[in-house]
Amino acid sequence: MKWMNKSIEELHDLLVDKKVTSKELIEESLKLSHELQDKCNAFVTILDDAKETEVTDNLLSGIPYGLKDNYSTKGILSTGSSNTLKDYVPFFDATAVSNLKAAGAVCVNKTVMDEFGMGGTGTTGHTGIVRNPWDQTRMCAGSSAGSAAAVAYGVYPCATGSDTGDSIRKPAAYCGIVGYKPTYGMISRYGLFPFASSLDHCGVLTRNVKDAAIVVDNMKGIDKNDMTTWDSSNINLYGSLNGEVKGKKLCYIKEICDIDNYENPNEELKQHLSNFMKTIEKAKELGIEVVEESIDQTLLNALAAVYVVISCAEATSNMSNLTGIIFGPRGEGDNYIDMMKDHRTKGFSPLIKRRFVIGSYVLQSENQERYFRNAQRVRRLLVDKWKELFKKYDAVILPVGSGPAKKLDGSKDILSKETKVLEEHLQIGNFGGFPSITIPNGFIDGMPVACNITGNCYDDSNVLNIAYALESTMPYKNQIAGGEKNE
Amino acid sequence: MSKYKALIGLEMHCEISETNTKAFSSAANAYSSLPNSNIRPLDMGFPGTLPVVNKEAVKMALMTSIVLNCSQPKYMYFERKNYYYPDMPKNYQITQETKPIPVGIYGKVTFECNGEDKTIRINNIHLEEDAASLDHLFDTSVINYNRAGVPLLELVTEPDFHSAEEAVAFLEHMRSVYRYLDISEADSKKGQVRCDVNVSIMDEDLDENDPNNWGTKIEIKNVNSFGGVKDAINYEIKRQTKLKETNKYDEMEQQTRRWDEETGTTIYMRSKVNAIDYKYFVDPNIPKFKITDEWLEEIRKSIPMLAYDRKKKYIEEYNLSSYDAGILVKEKAISDYFEECVKIKTDIKQAANWINGMILSYLNANEMSIKDFFMTPEMLKELIELIDSKAISSKQGKDVFAKCLSDQKTPKQVVKDEGMMQITDEAAIMEIIKEVIDENMDQAKTYNPQYPKILDYFIGQVMKKSRGKANPAVANKLMKEELEKLVS
Repeated sequence: MKWMNKSIEELHDLLVDKKVTSKELIEESLKLSHELQDKCNAFVTILDDAKETEVTDNLLSGIPYGLKDNYSTKGILSTGSSNTLKDYVPFFDATAVSNLKAAGAVCVNKTVMDEFGMGGTGTTGHTGIVRNPWDQTRMCAGSSAGSAAAVAYGVYPCATGSDTGDSIRKPAAYCGIVGYKPTYGMISRYGLFPFASSLDHCGVLTRNVKDAAIVVDNMKGIDKNDMTTWDSSNINLYGSLNGEVKGKKLCYIKEICDIDNYENPNEELKQHLSNFMKTIEKAKELGIEVVEESIDQTLLNALAAVYVVISCAEATSNMSNLTGIIFGPRGEGDNYIDMMKDHRTKGFSPLIKRRFVIGSYVLQSENQERYFRNAQRVRRLLVDKWKELFKKYDAVILPVGSGPAKKLDGSKDILSKETKVLEEHLQIGNFGGFPSITIPNGFIDGMPVACNITGNCYDDSNVLNIAYALESTMPYKNQIAGGEKNE
Repeated sequence: MSKYKALIGLEMHCEISETNTKAFSSAANAYSSLPNSNIRPLDMGFPGTLPVVNKEAVKMALMTSIVLNCSQPKYMYFERKNYYYPDMPKNYQITQETKPIPVGIYGKVTFECNGEDKTIRINNIHLEEDAASLDHLFDTSVINYNRAGVPLLELVTEPDFHSAEEAVAFLEHMRSVYRYLDISEADSKKGQVRCDVNVSIMDEDLDENDPNNWGTKIEIKNVNSFGGVKDAINYEIKRQTKLKETNKYDEMEQQTRRWDEETGTTIYMRSKVNAIDYKYFVDPNIPKFKITDEWLEEIRKSIPMLAYDRKKKYIEEYNLSSYDAGILVKEKAISDYFEECVKIKTDIKQAANWINGMILSYLNANEMSIKDFFMTPEMLKELIELIDSKAISSKQGKDVFAKCLSDQKTPKQVVKDEGMMQITDEAAIMEIIKEVIDENMDQAKTYNPQYPKILDYFIGQVMKKSRGKANPAVANKLMKEELEKLVS
């Protein structure tokens, strides 16, 4: 690997100085794509005929990248990793894709995901499971599994993801890279296959914070096709990274981070939380004030249920368009109802069907008040609570998950109710549409682990700058799976 | 029916035809003879497409809400109505339910029915998207998505009508409102107006204010013409009355029926017990947006005076007959033309007569809109004044009218070019009179003021000499005086 382990800035300088061509970068990226495909099954499509682009002032020009397969790409297969769209070739680009194209970035592959983003394991895509490039017996987490694996493996410096619960930030953690979802509406969702519209975010996976800033700067922007977008033209994420964080204030949540809050913590959890506290120390060394806050455990315990109810409800409606009649493989049957049933029965994995049943149930008029509307109320309570924290603090910092990537055979799963909040708290970032970034902060059992920084809406520059400063205190920036481990 | 009272409620769906694009999609909102030509990816439910609210449609909906005296919401929300049917590829319709508040709730409308005012209550009005149109052929059905996504206003009344006539009068009133507001052509022949009708009957002597006395509500779907509404209501009243009289009424369950135009009957569709659960919820792709007081005020100010009020004004202030006023307000453009005439101080009665007579028959004969009509209110005023001042006769006036339109000239120009101006100058007429008398001196001398029979002959000669231009009244007066002078 000569080029693809480098950062976007480095590659741009090499391109500008004509030390390498866009064509050479693409060739290397494609070669690595095939290599990773054999090892980890990260791609739905590898675009072997990807063409180089002109090198311009734009940092992304001429640089290869990957797209999660739920981004509509004109003339290129876009499946959402689902059999219901296994042959679907969109006739328009998602807005974020057009924006990246305009920047001159070159898409070299479409990455595998959990079917329509509904899953956190990277094992439910229609092309099979995605393996973690650090350890192929482990999962990447999901749903942006292929993107995380590819960036971690050094196929390219960046790939897009989408995040409804933690679908960028969790796989980034398990793969030792950076995962960032900006404020809701900063990047247009037009052309992104929906999972749960009020929670869906576009975002990016990279190997350092600066690269994440560069890519999102080029993806974002108000879009006349997406009413939830807002004008962020006065925000320049890349330009606002200065590492000056002295006097900033962070908090972490006692109920999530304190090891004494867990009755029978295993070794992994102990290490993970103590490692997190080391990161807190590093933050303090930077001159950041870090405070422990306490939040009602009952409220925290409700968050996973709130997520299930709202996301399943929206998903069941959003995916009603998948009938196999106008697009997708036509089902068999004597009438349109039977054809639809056949298409959906064959097309969706059991996990999704289960979520549709939940979604329908909670929306039924006799259940809606008890489940759906209550879930929305608790969502509001959680968001208000976090907004209260943002009045006092620049951001909330928390550990991601209960440890490193889980084993694919399930042998190391911690199936504990106790760690549920630890596993699910990133969803609060989706409830509130908050900017949220995950950065690697250590290793456990030779596998990367991460922490997450989440701030208030529209405060992306601040959140990224804190992550940027913190990243510089740790030796995990730009790490490549299979490369040197700074354990 | 004497023993029973009918309670009728309407759901009137009216397509907004006057926006450029559809309710949530950028496809054209226009009639096209080519099926499936006015469509964008959203209308076909392609993955990742998102709705974008058409502000113009919202404005029109708010305008209607104001006219119906409804309350408007502080924030606008849209909801999804989830159901699987091929006429809606997303498999949900973007609409508004009553919670959160739709574009209008709890209003009231006064309209005219058989010359009398009648007021009914509006439950709500909401903005939604229309579905595709389906044609069921012998062994196959075809779908045209041109209509899918067209903005649709659904107006729901309380069951305040007591007869088919009242219901139809209301529909006609609303059609006029939609046309006056330039929201819709509201043409049921084009499928722009479609109704669902609720009918129940109750014993005449019971208290109508107690919902327990209302009887069993029967909903009739698919009534797509005003004539159909009338027939369906009358049929249903008869059917329910018969059930009462044969003691079968209480067995009748709350149900949805379908109006069948061919047989002129209503046909059972489904029981209300098996009603579909549409799983409504607020569409997360459309952020709630604030309806500001300023915007409402701006909309309120842009609302023109409507037909009902104009008619009242024409009768009360202009002393026109109810019949004439009714014709004038039927079409807003005509009424606007009339009001322009009034504004420039044309004789009101004569303007009304000209419009309701010559002008409307000209427009009808030429299938023309008054917007394309050559003769401006100013020209009509000119014509009326030419006649009033006796510059031309009223018979000539009709010729001038025709000539104006055929030659695209002003009335004055026509009169001038055709040499039609009457001679009203007494001296000029006197000259002719003297000539005529000189030429017919013998006869003139036989003139007897007691028996002025030969006067007509002399006037005839004057007219002949002046080639019809001499003002007959003036000529008459002067000739009489001259002849009297001669014989006295």
